[in-house]
Formats: sequence, structure tokens, C-alpha cells
Amino acid sequence: MTFARRAAVVAWKDLLVERRSKETLNALLFFSLLLLFVFQFALGPDRERLAGVLPGVLWLGFILSALLALGRTFLLEREHDCWEGLLLAPGDKSAIYLGKLAANLALMAFVETLVLGLFVIFFDIDLGGALPGLPLVVALGTLGLGAVGTLFAAMTAHVRAREVLFPVLLLPVQIPVLLATVKATEALLLGESLGAVAHWVKLLAAADVVYVVIGLLTFDAVLEG
Amino acid sequence: MIRALGWLAAIGLGVGLVMAFGVAPRETTQGNVQRIMYVHPPLAWVAYVAFAVVALASVVYLVRRRPAADRLAHASAEVGVIFTGLAIATGSIWGKPTWGTWWTWDARLTSVAILFVMYVGYLLLRGTIDDRDRAARYCAVLGIVAALDMPLVHFSVYWWRTLHQPPSLMKPGGFSGSPAILWPLLVNLAAFTLLYAYLVAKRARLLRAEHGALA
Amino acid sequence: MTAEPVIRLSDVRKAFGVQPVLDGVSLEVRPGEAVALLGGNGAGKTTLLKIVATILRPTSGRVFVAGRDAVRDAEGVRGRIGFAGHGAWVYDDLTATENLRFWATLGGRAPSDPELAAALAAVDLDRTGTARVRTFSAGMKRRLSLARLTLFQPAVLALDEPFGGLDQRAKKWLEGQLETFKSRGGALLMVTHSFGRELGIADRIAILAGGRIALDTPRGGLDPDDVQRLYAAHAEEGA
Repeated sequence: MTFARRAAVVAWKDLLVERRSKETLNALLFFSLLLLFVFQFALGPDRERLAGVLPGVLWLGFILSALLALGRTFLLEREHDCWEGLLLAPGDKSAIYLGKLAANLALMAFVETLVLGLFVIFFDIDLGGALPGLPLVVALGTLGLGAVGTLFAAMTAHVRAREVLFPVLLLPVQIPVLLATVKATEALLLGESLGAVAHWVKLLAAADVVYVVIGLLTFDAVLEG
Repeated sequence: MIRALGWLAAIGLGVGLVMAFGVAPRETTQGNVQRIMYVHPPLAWVAYVAFAVVALASVVYLVRRRPAADRLAHASAEVGVIFTGLAIATGSIWGKPTWGTWWTWDARLTSVAILFVMYVGYLLLRGTIDDRDRAARYCAVLGIVAALDMPLVHFSVYWWRTLHQPPSLMKPGGFSGSPAILWPLLVNLAAFTLLYAYLVAKRARLLRAEHGALA
Repeated sequence: MTAEPVIRLSDVRKAFGVQPVLDGVSLEVRPGEAVALLGGNGAGKTTLLKIVATILRPTSGRVFVAGRDAVRDAEGVRGRIGFAGHGAWVYDDLTATENLRFWATLGGRAPSDPELAAALAAVDLDRTGTARVRTFSAGMKRRLSLARLTLFQPAVLALDEPFGGLDQRAKKWLEGQLETFKSRGGALLMVTHSFGRELGIADRIAILAGGRIALDTPRGGLDPDDVQRLYAAHAEEGA
């Protein structure tokens, strides 16, 4: 199917460029590490207190990293008028959206796995009980962030004050995702079953569907210079 | 037509406010502050209606590319943000003597606050883009995303506040339903809606004149 | 024999703010014809080209390209037009081959390795191997962008100063390509600043000034001095 091939080539291109330039990835990894330190300083060394806010801090870390990564999604296209090229390439523009989304998700998954690993080590968390549920919640939350983030990145790519406007637009829309993931993560880390957080998971799934569908439907309106 | 709307709104508001602050009975436990409850729910109602209008006009714009739809969305956002701000303010003013603080993470108030932030984001986006065509398109997309997000916001905030805690102390709409209290509320509801419609119509007309001057 | 024009602009206006850049442009290009668009800096040549290529929308007026309405059916036009602007449409961290593969695939094709190699060979970039485009000169990037065009068979070409930055050999190659394109019935609209040899490919000259086509004349029989004189006479008109 041409649509799938076109989406795949967009994802391939982004990931290849990323692997070669390592621009975003290096900065992102370092940023995540830095966050861990900064959170420690901001919240103090008291273990008890940290344990209480851990899920929130974890997702804050994910979101801040996501803001960095997603905001750069279309930065490449600003060079050499490549944005024009995307616009003029015949065919369904939503394939480009999917490709960009896929590349973003791959990037974020990589960073999140690392951050989660570091969290587990630094804060001495026992993931055992949370296991099947936590990756699911993280995946659903990341998809939500990525779906809207990719769309908004395209919208703010050509706008003045892009760096400020992007988080300003993205964060309010992501509040349901933030609430759902933090609450679900909290419960799962306390050893509750996936069933106990089923309503949060359903909310995340519903949000993901809404966001991706809107992205697919409206992307070409955004791409039109 | 717009002038008639304006007059209707003015009359409605006059009647409504007199009823709310003069005629309606004084509430026993909360005193006169409770009178704000004739004004706060209508303001919140309009805040949501205005956003629904932004969303619908945005959809029409994306599908049909009619400039009138974009002007309607823009006007509704500008008027809506004011009503939303007032809704939060009145909620807060009522809250201070009742709950003891200016702000509390009550589910309803929080949702309205998030709505306010969405409005501001929309208007910021508009302000930042010079190309009118692009501004219209991008704001339309944002309007649709934000509007479809609001139900998700509602549920998540509500569950966040109520699942492990008792529901908020005083539901803003809570009343016995006696006619003496119901009528001022309904009149104000209608009056504020008319006021909203009047302001949006005037603003949209102004926008058309502005755009026409530049064309 | 006058066939249906492949590019038709009727009373096109484009304003970016208060002042219109294009103010009533009407122009036609027929199959097998090449029109060179001349004009001073800021005259709106690139804007006009971008409108034809569906990158920009006109404020008013009708634009038909390859049988489709460019304003209402931009997607329909995009499958039939090849565009090369000032930006080369290249990703600095990919190789020449990878760049071509990307654009070809995104454009709906599935090119084979030999085909990509041949396209690069035609513009003398076949020996770049694994070098990233970042290391290319401006001329090389421009050649790569032209190689991209050869992977498709558009009915219309909209080119912005295509000969700019090319050496003699590349210019000769491009001329040959454009002649072949015309002989197959393709229509070419080309923005150019040069009055010399590059105009050789053009059948007509159109001078854009004051937001309109100030002059639209066949090029046959005109030498560079004639063109220079016409340009001087018309290009500063209007406004």
C-alpha cells in the first residue's frame, strides 16, 4: 500500500537523520538525567516525601522531555525549503503525519525507557507488581502526547515565538493525559491491579483515538503553508 | 437586527439582575453572597456555549473555508474568554466566604479554569500569526482539538477529585428549586446568552470591516 | 495549431498584507511551450511561480494547471507538476541516493537502486557515494534537486532560476532535458534573471512589472540586447 510505504519512508528518514546527527537524542538523554538531579534538589532528600510524589515527578520528566523532542519535529523541514517538498508531494498528507508520529514515538520510547530505568535505580522502586500495567499506561500516555504534539509542532513550526507557544498550546490539552497517567501510575506502583485503574486506561485509550483521528484529518490543513 | 439583540440583552440583564439582587429571597446560611449564584452558572454556561461555537465554526471553516465562519470563531473566542474569566472570578468570590479560600481544586472550577487557558492559547495563536489565512486554519484546528478535549478534561478532573475524596462541599448549582430562586436564574441565563450573542455579532461585524479594509 | 493551454492564469491577485504583489496577472502556457518570466527584484516572479505550483493560494483570480483548478483541487495539480525553487529540498544528513529515494517514495514511486544511480549519474553526482549532502557545494545541491525531478513525469514544470549556480556542463545537460520535456508536450514556466543563453530554451518572454504582465512576446528572433532593451523599457513600469 502506497500510504503505508509513504508513512514508513517519512519515519525512516527522520530516524536515520536522528541516528546520524544525534542532535535531539543526545540533548534529550542529557536533559532527562539533569531532570533527575534537579528534582532531587527541588524536592529534598527525604525518601518518604519523594515516594509520595514519584509518579507525578516521573510524568513531569516524561512531559518535559517530550516537549523538547516533539517541538523539534519539523525543524528539519525548515532547511532548504523541505516543507514545500512535503506539501507538494502528491498523495494523502496524513501519511506524513503518521510517519512523523511513528518516529517521535520511537524516540520517546527510547528516552522513557532510559528515564524509567534511572528512576528505578535512583529511587529504589520495585517494579515487580506494576509490570504488565505500567508499560501499557506509559505507552498510552506517550501516544497521546505524541499525537497532539506532532500536530502542534507542525502548527508552530513557522510561527514566531515557536519555543514558547508550543508548550503553551500543548500542556492544557494534555491535562487529561497527565491526570490519567499519574493516577494510574500511582496506583500501579502501590501494587494495585490493572483492573483497579481500568477507567483511567479507558480514558487514555479514548483520548488517544480522538487525538490521532484529529491529527489524521486536520494535518493537511496545517501543512498548507 | 443586532440592535434589537442588544436591547433585548439589556432588558433581560436589567430584569435578571434586579431579580437576583433585589427580589429573590435572602439565603439563610450564606447570606447575600449566595446571590452570586444567579450570575455564576449563567456565566459558566456561556463560557461553554462560546467554546462550542468556536469549535463548530472551526469545523465549518475547515470544510468550507468560509471567512465568515472564521470571523465567528474569532469573535466567539474573544467574547468567550471574558465570560470565562468572569465565571472564574464570580466562582472565586462566592468561594471565599463559603470555603474560606479564594481557590480550591473543585472539579467544576478547575474545568472552567482549564477552559480559560484553552481560550488564551487560542487567542495567543491568533495573535502570533500574521497571515490571516494561516491564522484562520491553525486556530480552527486548535479549536477543534481543544473542544474535543473538554469532555476528557471533565472526566479526568472529576475522577481526580472525587474518586478517593468526598465530593466538593457545595455544588454551585445546588438549590431547592423553588420558583423564587429558579426564575432569576433562568432569566439571567437567557439574558447572558443574549448578551453573548450581541457582543459576538458586533465583534464579528467589526472583524469583517477590518478585513475588508485590508483586502 | 493552438492546443488548450496547460497553464492558465486569469486576473490573479495576491496580497500579503495591504499592498498586492500581484495585481491582475493573466498568462497562458501551451503544451510543448516554454515561457521565461522576467522582472525586477520583488516584482513577484517567485510568488507567481509558487501560485502555479500550488504552494501559495491567490487572493483572487483563477488558476488552472494541467486541467485542474489549482485553488480548489490543489492535490490534483500536485501529481502533475514538477517544481524546483530556491531551496534544494535536501536533507543535509542523508546521502544523495537517500535523498532521492525519500522524495521518490513520498511522491508515490518505488524506485529501484539502478534507477536512482542513473538519475545521479545524469547530473554527475554518482560518485558521491556515502557522502552526506551537508558536504555538497551549492551547485551540487542544485543538481541533486534537478535529479529529483527526473524521477517523475510531470506535465508541467515550474522552475525558479534553474540554471543558477550550474557549471557549463550541467547547463548543457539541463537544456537537453528541457528540450526533451517540451518535445513530449510538457509546459515549462521558468523564472530567470539572465538574458543570455539560458533564454534559448524559451519560446516566449513575459515581463512582470507593477503586479501585472507588462509584456508577453515570442522570443524568436530576439537577441540578448533586444531582450535587455525590452526589459529596461517594461520592467520598471507601473507600480
